[in-house]
Amino acid sequence: MAHGDDSKEKVVFVGDSRVRRGNGFITPPDYTAYPGKSEAFIPNFLLKEWMVGVVVLVGILVLTISEPAPLGFPANPAATVIPIPDWYFLFLYQYLKLPYASGDYIVLGTLGVTGVAFGALLLAPFLDTGRERRFYRRPIASSLMFVSLAAIIYLTNTAWTEYKHEMAESNMIPEDILREEKAAENKAAGLPTTSAVQPKAIAIVDKDDPAMATFKQATCISCHATDLKGASGPSLRGVGDKHDKAAILAIIKEGKGQMPPMYDTAIGAGLTDQDIDGLADWLAKQKSEQ
Amino acid sequence: MFKNVYNWIDERLDITPIWRDVADHEVPEHVNPAHHFSAFVYCFGGLTFFITVIQILSGMFLTMYYVPDIINAYASVEYLQTKVAFGKIVRGMHHWGASLVIVMMFLHTMRVFFTGSYKAPREMNWVVGMLIFFVMLGLGLTGYLLPWDNKAYFATKVTLEIANSVPFMGPVLKELMQGGTIAGAETLTRFFALHVFFLPAVLLILLVGHFIMIRRQGISGPL
Repeated sequence: MAHGDDSKEKVVFVGDSRVRRGNGFITPPDYTAYPGKSEAFIPNFLLKEWMVGVVVLVGILVLTISEPAPLGFPANPAATVIPIPDWYFLFLYQYLKLPYASGDYIVLGTLGVTGVAFGALLLAPFLDTGRERRFYRRPIASSLMFVSLAAIIYLTNTAWTEYKHEMAESNMIPEDILREEKAAENKAAGLPTTSAVQPKAIAIVDKDDPAMATFKQATCISCHATDLKGASGPSLRGVGDKHDKAAILAIIKEGKGQMPPMYDTAIGAGLTDQDIDGLADWLAKQKSEQ
Repeated sequence: MFKNVYNWIDERLDITPIWRDVADHEVPEHVNPAHHFSAFVYCFGGLTFFITVIQILSGMFLTMYYVPDIINAYASVEYLQTKVAFGKIVRGMHHWGASLVIVMMFLHTMRVFFTGSYKAPREMNWVVGMLIFFVMLGLGLTGYLLPWDNKAYFATKVTLEIANSVPFMGPVLKELMQGGTIAGAETLTRFFALHVFFLPAVLLILLVGHFIMIRRQGISGPL
């Protein structure tokens, strides 16, 4: 026995609420005081517990493989979606829809009944202070719990039925199913299967414009790159969204941030005012949306 | 070899009493399903802990791929779900484990309630247990948003509206939860931090308290 008759043992584990309440700390008796067969926790009992654990683990894995975790489409505040919380919040969700728990009576809903119910649960040992432990001899505590359980089951069921009904009314299919169907279709068609929002690639507008040659000759490409995607300087794709022609001309002549004035360099490279004007015109046309 | 290493450490640190406190105790007949099958109701607490461990482990692996920002959150979850080897299984375990842990904890709470095990001298352990319950619900609530799909987003909007309807401090509570005036990027990072750092830390502290108390007081006696 782990904790035998040695009365000098400081920590004596295991309590027994049959022990009469007295003053001061109740020294709980050892398990050996119980009638019947006790068993060492390690290794005997823990091995059995582990076997139960393994069964549960296999159960989770079977569930995981047969029912993959759902994933819908990316969050979009403009989408039409019937909101549904996780199942264990459904009873609260449904409760707060009841007429006397919402609208003008919302205080009753959030703090009144919900607060009192959860508060009572938290402080149950201080409310139900009798020594009797059998639930059928504690009619008030037990019946309150039974009523709460019935209410939780009823509300959860109502919430779920209403959700199903609303979905059917508006011909909506859960998004995780839609996403999987779409991915399967795309896969069959050899397209990317992702539903994630892809960053939009901005194309160069008027790639064959003579300004492209000017762009190279004026050494713009050394910082903004031949494909306009930028190197040490920023990308100029879609620059027309930010600046109009006059502003671009001003930047060429005066520079901006790290960029020195490039006008003289361009003239030095054999370009004319007209070329630079054409370049600014072309850059102002670089808009992401046409 | 192991014995020598153990003895070497034990001589210096006297570690034997530490693990003996945890390991060396007996399981009474009335909670042992091997003797009375109906005693399986006493398994739910242990199973809650077992699934909590699964949640912590699978969650640690999920954070290797998950990116908590609104541009990449969905894409990273989708990548994890569809491309990463065993990603579907790890995410599935975390998803189903989240529900199962609530089920097991609920059954455990009901067992403790209907056997009157929360009565003196175990009042404090019940209170700590209920706090664990609330933290678990908080973990479920914050984790629900993280995939950043439509279901997550709109359910969280509803949650925030409910928080908003709490009298007096509702609007402050809502703004605190969503980290600003709209549900967006700040809300996601905030829920992520709560889900991955704050709430698990509180949970572990409460669990340690729960276990120390059960070891000091033992399991309640037969009815």
